[in-house]
Amino acid sequence: MIANSRRGRLLAVAAVAALALGATACQSDDKGSDTASGGGSSAAAGPVTITLQTFGGGKNFGYKEAVDKWNAEHKDIQIKYDNLTDQFEQVYWPQMIQWLQSGAGAGDVVGIDEGGMGLAKAHPEWWADLGEFGLQNRKNDFAAWKWENGVTADGKLFGLGTDVGGMSLCYRRDLFEKAGLPSDRDEVSKLWPTWDDFIKVAHKFQDKIKDTKFVDGTNTLYNVVLVQEGAKNGNVTYFDKDNNLIVDKNPAVKTAYDFAQKISQEGLTAKLRNFTPEWNTGMKKSQFATLGCPSWMLGAVSGDGGAGPDFKGKWDVAAVPGGGGNWGGSWLAVPKQSKHPKEAAQVLDYLTGKDAEVSVFNYAGNMPSNVQAQQDPAVQGAKNEYFNDAPVGEIFAKSAASLQPIFLGVKHAQVKNAIESVVSAIDDGSVPYANGWKKLVDDAVKAAG
Amino acid sequence: MSLHVDAGQPTRAPMPPSRRHVRPRPGRSFMTWLDLKAAPYLLVSPYYLLFLVFGLFPLGFTLYYSFFDYDLTGTVEWTGLGNYTAMLGDAAFWKAVVNTLAMFVIATVPQMLLALLLANALNKRMKAQLFVRLGVLLPLVTSVVAVAVVFTQLYGRDWGVVNWVLGWFGADPIDWKAERLPSWLAIATMIDWRWTGYNAIIFLAGMQTIPKDLYEAASIDGASRRRQFWQITIPMLRPTMIFVVLNSTIGGLTLFSEPTTFYNGNVHGGTNSQFQTVSMFIFEQGFREFDYGYASAAAWLLFLLILIGSAINFLLIRRIGGNK
Repeated sequence: MIANSRRGRLLAVAAVAALALGATACQSDDKGSDTASGGGSSAAAGPVTITLQTFGGGKNFGYKEAVDKWNAEHKDIQIKYDNLTDQFEQVYWPQMIQWLQSGAGAGDVVGIDEGGMGLAKAHPEWWADLGEFGLQNRKNDFAAWKWENGVTADGKLFGLGTDVGGMSLCYRRDLFEKAGLPSDRDEVSKLWPTWDDFIKVAHKFQDKIKDTKFVDGTNTLYNVVLVQEGAKNGNVTYFDKDNNLIVDKNPAVKTAYDFAQKISQEGLTAKLRNFTPEWNTGMKKSQFATLGCPSWMLGAVSGDGGAGPDFKGKWDVAAVPGGGGNWGGSWLAVPKQSKHPKEAAQVLDYLTGKDAEVSVFNYAGNMPSNVQAQQDPAVQGAKNEYFNDAPVGEIFAKSAASLQPIFLGVKHAQVKNAIESVVSAIDDGSVPYANGWKKLVDDAVKAAG
Repeated sequence: MSLHVDAGQPTRAPMPPSRRHVRPRPGRSFMTWLDLKAAPYLLVSPYYLLFLVFGLFPLGFTLYYSFFDYDLTGTVEWTGLGNYTAMLGDAAFWKAVVNTLAMFVIATVPQMLLALLLANALNKRMKAQLFVRLGVLLPLVTSVVAVAVVFTQLYGRDWGVVNWVLGWFGADPIDWKAERLPSWLAIATMIDWRWTGYNAIIFLAGMQTIPKDLYEAASIDGASRRRQFWQITIPMLRPTMIFVVLNSTIGGLTLFSEPTTFYNGNVHGGTNSQFQTVSMFIFEQGFREFDYGYASAAAWLLFLLILIGSAINFLLIRRIGGNK
């Protein structure tokens, strides 16, 4: 009996295993034939859907109108525009890396922030070769650095530029008036040639107005100062060009941190971390009066998630203290796992082309990286209605031509993530000012290791 | 068919030997075997197969890779116990352990007491009994994320209802996400909101298995309602309590969704990891820093932590009512 039942058990297991194997075998058969027919002739009946994945707050990549136009004109290729999250380093990029590494989940065209490009370049196996689809001829559309950043270590073209940062300072006209400060953008620009002047103006504002802080939090302006200082220190921030961590050696980081600590210590911040729900609410509740504004930030402010339509005309755009700077700017790439790389490349070509980038600029305010688009009269002469008709074309196009590309290391996104937590932590008081710098360096070393 | 099943039932009644030793006809023997011996295994096998694939295999895989320095986007190198020794000296890991244990205690102790009282109240005769009893389960069917989003609004620093109410009593606004203890309290209320009713229903089920005559006898002896609760209900509920407490221990120590949603989906758990739990630490190491080996080692340490926590709670609960 005993022997019998043991054999029975074994047999049962074997039978079940066989069943399971059979089931999986069937499945993989199905899958195989599916990909063969799907991948081989994508021109088969029915439109091809190209999924476009992006990130960012408010109007994010600003493709809404450009995508609607494409979808109306191309019945055979439809774009599905999917903005996944407003956070790049913390949510979007880690998820994307997993998808790219595991070979499934990524869209057909994906957005990559500058902070992810170091890693993206180091992994040519993740990307389709855009050269195969004839996009090498787009070289003259971009500044040399923007183009070269989209080429992998082994010389394969994988990404084309969408926008560039540029830099300005957004401010609330109505609140400036209330505080007895000039509200005209040229006069405001003259108030703060340097960051020291900016702090002086902040105190003047704060003396008059109590329930609105001058700055959102530490994190936005920390990044603005960081890129300005980085440009003065060999165009590097957290990593040198050999990918060594230089957070503790690069004076740019310390200067930016000290500035962040100063505005927090002097009570000029609303203690809101950028790109959080509280920060968005803060804009709707007028909790802060100025904001460091790379071109793409205009869309984050004017979008429904940000300050929204109620504040139209109340915001304006002035020059940034310290002059210029380049924060952000993204690329589009086609993951190798895409089933329709040819159509995806077509879409990518369109979205980084002159017409689409002009459309993005008019819709969201993101400054085109496409040189043709930058020079287009529709961009050069553009005024942003939301920002009190500020001549944003003039403001950003002027700086776009002379932008200094900042080198960002392979692990930039992780290190940036760790550092920004500390920069925000000194503001909300969970890390004492005295320990902030040490913790910043320690956490950066850990994140890079 | 039913005849065979009956024959296979292990019954105490002796079978007539003639029936037992009938030689089955060839060809039927396989069917009989399949029916009597294999079928039960086949029927229970899906669970074990799924457990094998989604439980045992990841466990072994995690253990294996916890001995490697495994960077998702880079190299895989053997480090032996390197991950474990590094973790024991990692202040961030211990901070997560402290956060997890603190939130577990803050959430679970009041939750158990409340659930007991709630169950006791529901155990009485009342109108619309079924409706009321089902009502306490309602928070459970709302999604965790919805609960967390609502509570995050309630605990807002500048515009939250809780700070507004506290303001009536002259209290300064509390930054619920920046300060450690307040953040733990906020998250503990989310957990309790969701799970108190669930545990109350389980307690209630346990209470209904207690024989009524015990209470009747106690009433005749003149024991008050309160005395009956402490000296009959609680000791008789011991098995139920062990289940509920172990369940809560496992749930509490693997806490993830509430604190993550509380900080906008960021597993760092606050700017300074004020409320980062061990599960979030594992997620951060594995899927944000891409240090799979380190995350695997942390997962195994969490497993040990749960074993220890469960053992302690088991021993504690077993003593309830035992020392009369």
